[in-house]
Amino acid sequence: MGKITVNGHEIDWNDNMTVRNVLDRMKYSFRMLVIKVNGTIVKREDWETFPVPEGADVKVIHLMSGG
Amino acid sequence: MNISELKSKHKPLKQMPYEPKELYRGYTDRTLYINLDTNDVKIKPVPAQMKEKFIGGKGYGLRLLWDGTRPDTKWNDNDNEIIIAPGPICGITQYAGAGKSLVVAISPTTDIVIDSNVGGFFGPFLKFSGFDALELQGKAKNDVIIVIDGTKNTVSIEEAPAEEIDSHILAEQLTEMYSDSTDPRDMKNVSVISAGHAAEHTMIGMLNFSWFDIKRKKCRLKQAGRGGIGTVFRNKKIKAVVVKSAGVTQDPNHVADMEAIKERGARFAREMKELDPHQCRMKQEGTAHLVNIMNDYNLLPTHNFKFGSHKDADNIHSRVWNSKFTQGMNDGCWIGCTMNCAKAVDNFVLKSGPYKGQSVIVDGPEYETAAGVGSNMGIFNADTIIELNFYCDTYGIDTISFGTMTAFAMECYEKGIITKEHTGGLELRFGNEDAALELIHQMGRGEGFGKIAGLGVRGMKKYFAEHYGADMGFMNDIGMENKGLEYSQYVSKESLAQQGGYAMTNKGPQHDEAWLIFMDMVNNHIPTFENKAEALHYFPMFRTWFGLMGLCKLPWNDVEPENNAQTDEPAKVPEHVDNYVTIYNAVTGSNINKQEMIRQSERVYNFQRTFNIRRGYGLRKHDAQPYRAAGPVTVEEYKSLEEFYDKKMKEDIGVDPAGKTVDEKVAITRKYRENRYEQLLDAVYERRGWTKNGVPKIDYMKKIGMDLPEVIEILSKHQ
Repeated sequence: MGKITVNGHEIDWNDNMTVRNVLDRMKYSFRMLVIKVNGTIVKREDWETFPVPEGADVKVIHLMSGG
Repeated sequence: MNISELKSKHKPLKQMPYEPKELYRGYTDRTLYINLDTNDVKIKPVPAQMKEKFIGGKGYGLRLLWDGTRPDTKWNDNDNEIIIAPGPICGITQYAGAGKSLVVAISPTTDIVIDSNVGGFFGPFLKFSGFDALELQGKAKNDVIIVIDGTKNTVSIEEAPAEEIDSHILAEQLTEMYSDSTDPRDMKNVSVISAGHAAEHTMIGMLNFSWFDIKRKKCRLKQAGRGGIGTVFRNKKIKAVVVKSAGVTQDPNHVADMEAIKERGARFAREMKELDPHQCRMKQEGTAHLVNIMNDYNLLPTHNFKFGSHKDADNIHSRVWNSKFTQGMNDGCWIGCTMNCAKAVDNFVLKSGPYKGQSVIVDGPEYETAAGVGSNMGIFNADTIIELNFYCDTYGIDTISFGTMTAFAMECYEKGIITKEHTGGLELRFGNEDAALELIHQMGRGEGFGKIAGLGVRGMKKYFAEHYGADMGFMNDIGMENKGLEYSQYVSKESLAQQGGYAMTNKGPQHDEAWLIFMDMVNNHIPTFENKAEALHYFPMFRTWFGLMGLCKLPWNDVEPENNAQTDEPAKVPEHVDNYVTIYNAVTGSNINKQEMIRQSERVYNFQRTFNIRRGYGLRKHDAQPYRAAGPVTVEEYKSLEEFYDKKMKEDIGVDPAGKTVDEKVAITRKYRENRYEQLLDAVYERRGWTKNGVPKIDYMKKIGMDLPEVIEILSKHQ
């Protein structure tokens, strides 16, 4: 099975994987996110459909909140 | 008894008229000193050096407390002080979150300086009445009320035997008593500081700061929660401090450049309007929006920080709080705050205690309260959390400490360290809502196990060891306190940086110095010790600055500009940092930049560290953390995430977990994590300009301009 890297952690990749699938898999429910797939920023409105290719480096940057 | 009857029982002890003084560029340059031993009232000028080095707010509090106390002053000594200081920016109404006061005292639970940040109208009204800080020392013989009347320019001390003690009643009584009329437009010009019955019987007393909500026609309460300042307040027999203002004008601070402030305020208001509904929803849910998020990331403390999530967490999901909070109200705790996050539950009918059956307004719950008196105690019933929130507030105790200490007692009960015999019949099991409610009422009455639990986690550990022969080693591992202060409500096990963000604080583990979990654990942005050390320098210094100014932290990063992600350092929110630099300069007429902003904080932060050293603390050993903050103490915890911990053992430690018992794996993990924390201490101390023992170096203090002779005298003994 193929892999992708999310914030430095390797996870399994599957066919037709989208940014939304990655967020769900990682349980990333926080709303203030910036997402990059292989260095390209993905706009919020494209999260549902933007394809994540096998071997991709995905950065899901959580803008600090809390406290 | 009606209000005039209550007032007729007052016995005047002192009334002093004073010369009014208008603010100029955020300052009056004088402070108000009141001694309750002698009923002495004095106005003290602020020396130029104090203004330059200590800026205001917490800085002023620390300077006055250092000067007013001895190195061995105890919390209940007459010379301990409570200092309430806003800051130069406090009181502006054109930018969000500008109504904060900082309160400092020697803490009953930590024996060092505690500082607590609080909203409500008191701080701004104190400034408008002519004072940059209020310094309270001594102890009254009987219960007193102190009244600062900024309309008549008088300060009075009055014995006040008849008013209620609990805050939800007392704030209403005194607001009506000192208002010119019962017209809400007059009522809003009065603010009251009060505590409550449990502040008299526990070490975790807090202070409520009121404001009058014109739309609801009720007093609202915000809390200076941490470290037992309410306990000091009641020990001084202060029932309340009242301030009365002539009202709020457009520019009471007489700032240098109002247009610059307005422009930044309008920009921020647009962000709130357009972005908040898609970001944190602070206007609808306040900080309670975090509950389900923390659960999803395994950061929501449950069962005394054993775990980070729970199957019933949906019962306290942010959508539950959204439905409980009255929507569409103006919920700012200071005028002009466009964040409006001080949410409230209206018409809540109490099911227990002395006010059972009454319909009340409850301020909150905020995230910390929902997690503290909820999930961490195994309680996932929103109405019980609201009820505990109400009683913590009106009894004058800190929801964070109450939650963490009760969770500790519950774990001790479930482990058999304490039994029904010790608790007077209370079955202190996780999730036992009735027992939790009875415990808080015992604190209110000063009875039974409530008095023992009210000692705090550190006090309980000592008591259980001395009286019940409990194992101190195990209690030190699971008792979530550092420096004597109970942890606030985030699970830090998987974020080494946050472990430092908690245990390396000056006052104890409160998240207001640094909240680095996402940067560290989730984003993986600060992987090296040097990265973490840089974050543990910058963020505590940056956030200290809010406390110097009289500002709220929330508008900094709980809504963020749309283009923030494209900036160089999104975690710092550069545009908002620039807002603050601009506003500071526009209020005071100064010309600082963002580097000088950090330098202002470095001076005060290191002064506070030195203050702790002066009192016999503030060294490396005092930055030690309970192991539960760093990793799984028990087999039960390890097994709850066995696959995850096994993977970490293999990848991070380089040890194959195959064939090892869980006990062995717990021990291996612990050795590794404890070592990592020691390495973190080394890295952070180096970055902060401290010795290996955590003492600020004299050369560093010279470099930052905090080489005052009294500071150097202390530090030179520890170089």
